[in-house]
Amino acid sequence: MSVPDIAIAMPEPRGRSLWVDARRRLLRNRAAMAGIIILAAIVLLALLAPLLSPFAYDEVNYDLISCAPGWWPVEAACSAPGHIFGTDAIGRDIFVRVLYGARVSLAVGLVATVVSLVIGVLYGATAGYLGGHIDGLMMRVVDVLYSLPFIFFVIILMVVFDRNFILLFVAIGAVEWLTMARIVRGQTLSIKQKEFIEAAKAAGVGPLGIITRHVIPNVVGPVMVYVTLTVPTVILTESFLSFLGLGIQEPLTSWGVLISDGADQMETAPWMLLFPALFMAVTLFCFNFVGDGLRDTMDPKDR
Amino acid sequence: MSALLEIANLNVHFATPDGDVHAVKNASLTIQESECLGVVGESGSGKSQLFLAAFGLLAGNGRATGSVQYRGAEILDAPTARLNTLRGSAVTMIFQDPLTSLTPHMRIGRQIMEGLMRHRHVPREAAYSRAREMLDYVRIPESARRMRQYPHELSGGMRQRVMIAMATITGPDLIIADEPTTALDVTVQAQILEILRALKNDRKTAIALVSHDMGVIAGLADRVQVMRHGEIVESGAVDDVFYAPRHDYTRMLLDSIPKAGETPAPVTAVGAPLLTVDDLQVSFPVKDVGSFGGLFGKTRSLRAVDGISFTLHQGETLGVVGESGCGKSTLARAVLQLLPKSGGRVVWLGRDLDAATQNDIRKLREDFQIVFQDPLASLDPRMPVGVSIAEPLKALEPHLPGDTVRQRVRAMMQRVGLDAAWINRYPHELSGGQNQRVGLARAMIVGPKMLVCDEAVSALDVSIQAQIVALIRDLQAETGLALIFISHDLSVVRRLSHRVMVLYLGRVVEMAPSDALYAGPRHPYTRALLSAVLSPDPRLERQRKRELLAGDLPSPLDPRAQLTFLKSRLDQPDYRPRLIEEAPGHFVAEHD
Repeated sequence: MSVPDIAIAMPEPRGRSLWVDARRRLLRNRAAMAGIIILAAIVLLALLAPLLSPFAYDEVNYDLISCAPGWWPVEAACSAPGHIFGTDAIGRDIFVRVLYGARVSLAVGLVATVVSLVIGVLYGATAGYLGGHIDGLMMRVVDVLYSLPFIFFVIILMVVFDRNFILLFVAIGAVEWLTMARIVRGQTLSIKQKEFIEAAKAAGVGPLGIITRHVIPNVVGPVMVYVTLTVPTVILTESFLSFLGLGIQEPLTSWGVLISDGADQMETAPWMLLFPALFMAVTLFCFNFVGDGLRDTMDPKDR
Repeated sequence: MSALLEIANLNVHFATPDGDVHAVKNASLTIQESECLGVVGESGSGKSQLFLAAFGLLAGNGRATGSVQYRGAEILDAPTARLNTLRGSAVTMIFQDPLTSLTPHMRIGRQIMEGLMRHRHVPREAAYSRAREMLDYVRIPESARRMRQYPHELSGGMRQRVMIAMATITGPDLIIADEPTTALDVTVQAQILEILRALKNDRKTAIALVSHDMGVIAGLADRVQVMRHGEIVESGAVDDVFYAPRHDYTRMLLDSIPKAGETPAPVTAVGAPLLTVDDLQVSFPVKDVGSFGGLFGKTRSLRAVDGISFTLHQGETLGVVGESGCGKSTLARAVLQLLPKSGGRVVWLGRDLDAATQNDIRKLREDFQIVFQDPLASLDPRMPVGVSIAEPLKALEPHLPGDTVRQRVRAMMQRVGLDAAWINRYPHELSGGQNQRVGLARAMIVGPKMLVCDEAVSALDVSIQAQIVALIRDLQAETGLALIFISHDLSVVRRLSHRVMVLYLGRVVEMAPSDALYAGPRHPYTRALLSAVLSPDPRLERQRKRELLAGDLPSPLDPRAQLTFLKSRLDQPDYRPRLIEEAPGHFVAEHD
């Protein structure tokens, strides 16, 4: 009788990539997964906004000016039972406006951040890795762009081209990638000194392979933290531009606009501030959790 | 009379995320007045933690139980204030890395005086003159000037001497020296050990000498304790432990130290050499910091490699020996085209590499590979080891299908003694020795004709060192690999090399077949280097009279540094000592 050889029956282990490992670790990180689920829910709400409310986002009702929602626990001057988040100063439904605001804020936040991430990481990693005169030249370009006053820059853009939504992305992205590039360059400079980079060179890996396979995965930690800080910054910047009349225009709205409107009437109609602020705060928290989670998952020491 | 220090049943636990680590298990030891106790063990044996725990210096997650008595008084878990009066005055410590244990922004003088002023309440002027006396005692020249310098201005050996001065100035009963010479070159190590010996003999200071190096212990210790995995496995008088070890582990430690007479037989050079290096020079620009913070400072060039020539044949091992700063790593990198050279030629298989383009050189990397010193630092921490090993294959033979790559990686892992199932492990999950096997597998997977080992075994424990050296030897026997084996450790080089080249400040001072070099060194620098090598033989170590080199290595920026051994030509500062063939194959640089 023969004994089956267990060692042969075992499947041979296959090589794994960093990304497969990272996904597995991300799935196990509860805070990050909760953040992802809540963000997904907010995105879904924003996309389905027209179906979720009987009111349009620009529907004005002069009979219901600054009315509290029906369930509001405190005595209010006027109550609007059909509007679950109440109405604003010209009687528009706040619920549907918060969801439309989410479209704008999330789109600006994500697109501008991704743009700044891609440009900043590639630019910074290249400058840092190549070093020498090329690095000096590339970083002086960054310094010059940094020194342009932001508002001036946006106003010029708005005058030269017409005011539009896309321009907002361009303007914000054009500024945010500068800091990203500096952070990535600094990290790259320190990683470049590491022995494993020399080992890769000695192994015959070309410069592009070294940047993509060795440098970028190793700068992910600080970059992820910076990204989670960038999304809120971008959302706030957008609201600042909108406040100056350079961003989103009525009747379209964003969280920043809603919050600044609501803050004016904080004492008489607190719901106008409360709901957009709540959505924004929850979103920013989620981004922070997801960012922390991503940073941890990219670190193999944290299995 | 009670013992100076008595440790009984000391246990040290660390709470880590992976559970409780029992770092020291039931350790007991005593140190008598003016006695030197050697504590030997490999990394992770708990030898340092034992003393840190005894004096309340454990990391936050550590916990010590048991009993530690200093002159009969219990000091374990004593209040910090009491321990502080003890530490730094009656008991002082010297650590391995003198740069990180000196405060970078304080002048040397103040750091030395601090302990005296604080513990002995000596007035400033008296402390100053005592500090200068101490610097003289540890043989630091120009003590008045040194007192005003900052730690980074001194060499490693100088800094360690400053540490010793700091540790001795308060007149302690006990000095705990934790790997005091591990980071230093052999010739400097010999000087430091001389000072420690003087401390013990003249000042009757007791020394607890913690080291992984049996040779360091042999010369200095009266009694020895051997530690392994947190336990004391053997203790006794130094002669008993070294000449009649009872525990298997002690025997294994002693056996794994390379001894004389293991030199491989010289290979007969057949045909054309694989590699010819002719008058190779590498220099780095060094900025003199001018009055405008370096912006307008003059640039001088530091000649790290200053005209080195040699050839290497198939199957041959060339050992390259020298102290830190002699240019041995720079030489390796310039030969491998990882650094630009500033002069000379490197010829690979009859082809001058000057004429080759970057792309040609990248392809040639199939032929020459390198293994680095620090096994962990030379592997990408975010790559599983299997991916790291596959990297040269993917870069140099991108057409290979994934299955073939995986098969070759697994085969190579088994060849270097790694479990192929570890293909997905990350470097931090493996030990130093295992990581070095990964580094070796990565270098060997493309089947190179030449391998450069840059201090490849220097960071490893002696027992692991012996295994890796044996593995390299086997690989060489199998594949006819040519090796350039770089090390500061002369005894390891001896085990592997057919020929040895001794470097001093970027130049060859002696090159000869191993046997000839070790048996009859001709250049004074080679003689000093060989005489500084410690052997695990207490009687020999106690009697031996060393040929010590006085002071430090001269600055390589000083053009006259090359003439250290040729003082008669000092009036011609640009003169370079020539190599003279004194016996067949035995080249020696001119010297007085």
